[in-house]
Amino acid sequence: MPGLITMDDLTNEEIISILDDAERLLPVARGELYLPLLQGRILGNLFFEPSTRTRMSFETAMKRLGGDVVNLGDVKTSSVVKGETLFDTIQMVDGYTDIIAMRHPRQGAAQYACDSAKVPILNGGDGAGHHPTQTMLDLFTIRQAHGTLESLNVVLAGDLRYGRTVHSLSHALVRFGCNVIFASPDSLRMPEEIISDLKIHGAEVVETDDLLGQINDADVIYMTRIQKERFPDEEEYAKVAGAYKLEASDLDGAKSDMIIMHPLPRVDEIHPSVDSTRHARYFEQAFNGVVARMALMCRLLGVEVPEDINEQGVVL
Amino acid sequence: MSQEANMRRVTAIKNGTVIDHIPAGKALSVLKMLGIEGDMSNPVSLVMNVPSKKMGGKDIIKVEDRELTQTELDRLALVAPDASVAIIRAYSVAEKLDINLTDEVVNVAKCAFTNCITVNPKEPLPHRLIVTSRMPLRLRCRYCGKEQDTEALVDNLI
Repeated sequence: MPGLITMDDLTNEEIISILDDAERLLPVARGELYLPLLQGRILGNLFFEPSTRTRMSFETAMKRLGGDVVNLGDVKTSSVVKGETLFDTIQMVDGYTDIIAMRHPRQGAAQYACDSAKVPILNGGDGAGHHPTQTMLDLFTIRQAHGTLESLNVVLAGDLRYGRTVHSLSHALVRFGCNVIFASPDSLRMPEEIISDLKIHGAEVVETDDLLGQINDADVIYMTRIQKERFPDEEEYAKVAGAYKLEASDLDGAKSDMIIMHPLPRVDEIHPSVDSTRHARYFEQAFNGVVARMALMCRLLGVEVPEDINEQGVVL
Repeated sequence: MSQEANMRRVTAIKNGTVIDHIPAGKALSVLKMLGIEGDMSNPVSLVMNVPSKKMGGKDIIKVEDRELTQTELDRLALVAPDASVAIIRAYSVAEKLDINLTDEVVNVAKCAFTNCITVNPKEPLPHRLIVTSRMPLRLRCRYCGKEQDTEALVDNLI
């Protein structure tokens, strides 16, 4: 069964069409309109590692569309601790549900699940691999702000090595002709195979360790969290993390329509002073997870999102 | 030096397998890939770096009293995809076998990435490495997408 495992599973036309669906679903996501497009459908939420936004937004998306959700629950109390294989878990959940959203600590788990299942799999993050549903909401947020996905200057900053959101996003941006600038400490640079893939798509990849120097030309700055556990000692972490920290005063020379995004949770990399600037877009971005995932589930379940959504739904 | 002279460097075998046109210097990797170690009883002859019109230089291996299986040919495809394999019976070429490097190498070698989902030996789906380039050989795990070190494939054979 086709699923969404990496951004390669969608053509540019499909991406645009799903974002259009998402746009129309905004009143449903906001709870202003009731439109049970997925009534009778069940989503299996299989989160083998912690998740707040992805899991909750999938659940909200399904429920807003009239469907229901079953959760794996805490991995520690599931049969996974008894040594059950992913294959067996998927066989079971496949029988209970119509679509599965999954996050797993091992890379490749989503493709593996997809090869094991009859129902569609949505990859909610596999190790340091991919996170394409996050990419769809990121693209939605970028298009909302700039009216286009094409030819933008996008700076991806922070932990590019282990940050799966930036892996999937960079693939998509390059396909839309964006200029991507990777700003990261040397030890957290974008993996070589991803750079090589991007070059195959014709991208000119710029890598730098100077984030602040990129601000004035940027249309989008996409920040990620630098995780303490990636560093051998506290001192080294503090040195690196300090260089990838944005404050409101850093944005004086930024373009007026530049937006700052973050997949959240943030730690210190975006100072609260940025929240009240016109550039901050991370909380809207988190909300957009609901519409993007609504549109994706409709697409994978073969349910058309009507053009005249306001006439078909019930105003709440 | 002629083809015949090359082949005469070691005596003709009565029964077994001749692997010719191995890229020069790769014969030891081929032996390792085929699991042919010093502790097996079959006589094995090996010539390395002999001149070849087609390849400039090449290696040749003759294994007596053993005919390569399809699984072994699949392994050979990862080291010497252009080698030619002949099965010898009663001093004559009885069969010529083709080595096909397919687009996907299934259940020949495991992904070497330590955090790949396939690391769990209980997971039942086949190990699948996708050929992204033939010359030079480049492989990626179907599941985790990690590029494989082709020199290290021999350490991850199934």
